[in-house]
Amino acid sequence: MKRRSFIKNTVPVAVLPSFLQGQNMAAYGPDSMLSRLAATFTDTDHVLVLVQLNGGNDGLNTVIPIDQYTNLNTARSNVMIPQNKVLALTGTSATGLHPAMTHLQNRYNNGQVSIIQSVGYPNPNYSHFRATDIWLTGSDSDKVLYNGWSGRYLSEEYPNFPTGYPNSNMPDPLAIQIGSIVSPVFQGLQVSMAMAISDPTTFYNLINGTTTTAPNTHAGHELAYIRTVASQTQQYATVIKAAAAKATNKSTLWPTIGTNKLADQLKIVSQLIAGGMKTRIYMVSLGGFDTHSVQVDPTDNTKGDHAKLLGYVSEAIDAFMDDCKLLNTHNRVLGMTFSEFGRRIKSNFSGGTDHGSAAPLFLFGNKVKGGIQGTNPTIPANVTVNDNIAMQHDFRQIYTTILSDWFCLNPTDVQTVMLQNFNKMDILQDTCTNNSVTEDIRRNSGKALVSIYPNPMQQSSTVEFESAGGVCVLSLIDTQGKHIRTIADDIYANGTHRINLDRAGLAAGTYYLRLQNGMNMQTRSLVVVD
Amino acid sequence: MNRREFFTPTNRSNTAETLAPPSIEKVAAPKRINRGLATGLSPYAGAWGQDQVVHLLRRTMFGAKMADINYFKGKFMSQAVDELLTVNTTPPSPPINNYSGGVNKDPNIAEGATWVNGPDDPNYNGQRRQSLKYWWTGLMINQDRTILEKMTLFWHNHFSTQSTIYNSTIWGYNYLATLRGNAVGNFKDLAKKMTIDPAMLNYLNGDKNTKNAPDENLGRELQELFTVGKDLANHYTEDDVKAAAKVITGWRINKTTFQSYFDSTKHETSNKQFSAFYNNTVIQGKSGSTAGDVELDDLLTMIFAQNEVAKFMCRKLYRFFVYYDIDATTETNVIEPLATIFRNSGYDIKTVLTALLKSEHFFDAANMGCIIKSPVDFNVGLIRQFEVDFPTAATYETQYSMWGQVWSVGYIQQQDILDPPNVAGWPAYYQIPSFHELWINSDTLPKRNQIADLLLYVGIKRSGFTLIIDTIAVAHMMSQPDNPNTLIDDLCKYLHGTLTLSQTEKDTIKIAALLSGQVTDSYWTTAWNDYLANPTVAAKKKIVTDRLMLLIRYLLDLSEYQLS
Repeated sequence: MKRRSFIKNTVPVAVLPSFLQGQNMAAYGPDSMLSRLAATFTDTDHVLVLVQLNGGNDGLNTVIPIDQYTNLNTARSNVMIPQNKVLALTGTSATGLHPAMTHLQNRYNNGQVSIIQSVGYPNPNYSHFRATDIWLTGSDSDKVLYNGWSGRYLSEEYPNFPTGYPNSNMPDPLAIQIGSIVSPVFQGLQVSMAMAISDPTTFYNLINGTTTTAPNTHAGHELAYIRTVASQTQQYATVIKAAAAKATNKSTLWPTIGTNKLADQLKIVSQLIAGGMKTRIYMVSLGGFDTHSVQVDPTDNTKGDHAKLLGYVSEAIDAFMDDCKLLNTHNRVLGMTFSEFGRRIKSNFSGGTDHGSAAPLFLFGNKVKGGIQGTNPTIPANVTVNDNIAMQHDFRQIYTTILSDWFCLNPTDVQTVMLQNFNKMDILQDTCTNNSVTEDIRRNSGKALVSIYPNPMQQSSTVEFESAGGVCVLSLIDTQGKHIRTIADDIYANGTHRINLDRAGLAAGTYYLRLQNGMNMQTRSLVVVD
Repeated sequence: MNRREFFTPTNRSNTAETLAPPSIEKVAAPKRINRGLATGLSPYAGAWGQDQVVHLLRRTMFGAKMADINYFKGKFMSQAVDELLTVNTTPPSPPINNYSGGVNKDPNIAEGATWVNGPDDPNYNGQRRQSLKYWWTGLMINQDRTILEKMTLFWHNHFSTQSTIYNSTIWGYNYLATLRGNAVGNFKDLAKKMTIDPAMLNYLNGDKNTKNAPDENLGRELQELFTVGKDLANHYTEDDVKAAAKVITGWRINKTTFQSYFDSTKHETSNKQFSAFYNNTVIQGKSGSTAGDVELDDLLTMIFAQNEVAKFMCRKLYRFFVYYDIDATTETNVIEPLATIFRNSGYDIKTVLTALLKSEHFFDAANMGCIIKSPVDFNVGLIRQFEVDFPTAATYETQYSMWGQVWSVGYIQQQDILDPPNVAGWPAYYQIPSFHELWINSDTLPKRNQIADLLLYVGIKRSGFTLIIDTIAVAHMMSQPDNPNTLIDDLCKYLHGTLTLSQTEKDTIKIAALLSGQVTDSYWTTAWNDYLANPTVAAKKKIVTDRLMLLIRYLLDLSEYQLS
């Protein structure tokens, strides 16, 4: 049985009389002792920062397999980094970094960066969009999922969201996207679990400078009015502004605003973490990695577009880590870079590289184990345009490891989120101790409109749901978004109702049960086991 | 308690507050620009392009949908207005029993049969009320290319009644049928029909108005809200209210035929003396079966002889169709000449609307995009613009249920059709100085965004049917869906009218939504064409739908989409 089902369904009966004897039930509410206890834990809650490098980063020119240099040089001499310019890494002579990444080199040498070699997935896809979708949803190459892996994780941790949110246990956004549009990575079982912000003090798109000025007309007058209401209405505006006001970036390594877009975004993230936000996941992004032509300066292969981009990444991560250290949040922040694919081994004649498959990625933070996971890719002697890097690590192994060793999910829940069992990797220091109290507080916060017990289900379970009156529709859908069964579709009076859910031929696996009652909706994952 | 006392005085002075939950911060409105528009009622002779067509359609219908825009683009402006004002007066098929659902059967009305012919049954009155509201919502969603539905809403707000207060939903249906049937007819005729309409009589206690103790409620509102208005400093007197109440004593409701009738034994037969405002008119007291009719005609003739009636109505029409702010220039250039036209036509509604809607003032660029959509306009417009599919009459229960969903979101956004907050209608249509800004507050604005999100991402499910926006169909409505730049341009124009986004903002949204962080336009083109070549491959479909959803959601969440 899942832990939260156990707590949810047994506490009132078994524990309540002794534990809360003589106390008002309100003691169990949002301002209870338990909640305050939980609040003291939250400063140690782990934060994940996803750094998306849009376009497909050329892994072979990022983490350079020095021991493959001859064959690599044959395959891509026009973009090759001269061997004497490759940055050396402590403890290995076989692998080095692009010369633009001196900051990241230092971090690696200090054990604060892990390099995971050749990350990909079976049957790789070479379309930006499809490959991006695969990375964001965590799907197999031939399957389509309608939610993101982070969204599924947050739906598992905060199953009631958005009903009853924000609340005192979770006053802040669950996840924040820096930018103007929330990434599909945060699409949960029914709603997006994140909000997008560009600037934490004004909510206007200062980074991109995009907000169009209201014209000086009647329409402009009304537009300004609605925008004013909209900025006040954003339910998290106050907490974000407060967090931003509470902490100031301390690092002197931050580049001048406007010179490194990634650094500008990470600067906001650092400020919000230090300001006490309980937000679990942040996502930032940098575009331009689609280097089909002239990825290097033809007069100096260590310079050019790709070098600039890697320089931004290196500089931004370094300043971010320095800032976190100075603001004392460094032990609870983990970062991960990713890109939809790597690039082809063989370069093209326009001085660039075409879409490829597996590529290395970086994990950074005080709690990574450091070093290199996996080996250098093997570069054949006669590389053709069809040759690609073989995958050594499935990207979902990294997600699985983060869920398990950073967010401290139990194996059943990890599988519910990832939908399959992936082997964990040994890349993070042991950081999961005594996490269960906060977990249950988290999972019970907000208002439960629908719950299932027991869950996982073997033969049958009970579905309990709240109706605000009117029509309630309960539907069971599979992880591919396919409608499996309608459990209820009728008018239910205001109050709590129970319905029996029979397995009736359902194959083992993960399903989603969705309640719709007017504008109220909630979705729960249901695990069926043999 | 006198209903009017209960609802009117306090509510009307505090209407801004009644819309807003107590915790809401007051928003300081930005400084208003000085209008001073020089344009008047001369016929518009300028360009007739997408901007003008969209403007005309958004104001006269609920949202401008692509098929309608293309249709009217092919006409002349004058033809377009004429066509919009030529309404079909054949009543649509009436609302039906959608509520029995196999259980709790209405003993007199079969499932799927209409209940509008009675008999009345208090056990089913509430369910019929919902049936009527859903049905009306359905009519709005399925409106033809005329002003009829928008105008019916105008009259409902003007001759405001509350279906939860009058006794019978059958009266409610008949009330609505009268508004529809006279939507672009004669205003004086409509005023008479409304004065003795059963729902109105019951709502404003006219059916209890009797010679021994006249009830002044209806006699007052007939002047204050329906005809003369209170815009004048010097207007009718309290004695005029009493005299008018006496004129309309004796009207009663037949609970079997659902019609009103005149009971001469309850009628005050004395002469009715009016004030200097009405030139000291005396309405001769009559007796006998025709007394009620004759005296009511005399009363309306006296009232409609006042110049103020046409001005009051023209201001109201102007605020509904053009903008709420009427400054001295507009009063002189538009309201006064329009009132003259209205009066000279014998209060013909079509005539006054023709003059207004064909005027250079109406098409003045400064009057475009400046009305904040009412909830009904927002929700029905959203459904129509995206051509969301509804169940057919073959599954009428689901069909009504889906119409009901659209009604209910309007309800939570503070516009419950058939139940405005009081006899003055919705404050957003009359409350100085905020007017339709009252629709938008920190409670209602997120609810508008939520319904858009819901229809875009998850849809509303019922009985195996899902009400949802088909983003691919939306892209197909645009001129070049495979070109990300024209796709965004077209969508912005379609959803925001003349309010344009900066190129920087369009580029940012293009990269973030359609190109997934890339800068190469052809990636979208390839993805779109790849989907067209393989429409049944889920992964290829998802690639385009995901990105279209992000784009459309962004555009719908912008404040620009709140404007009409």
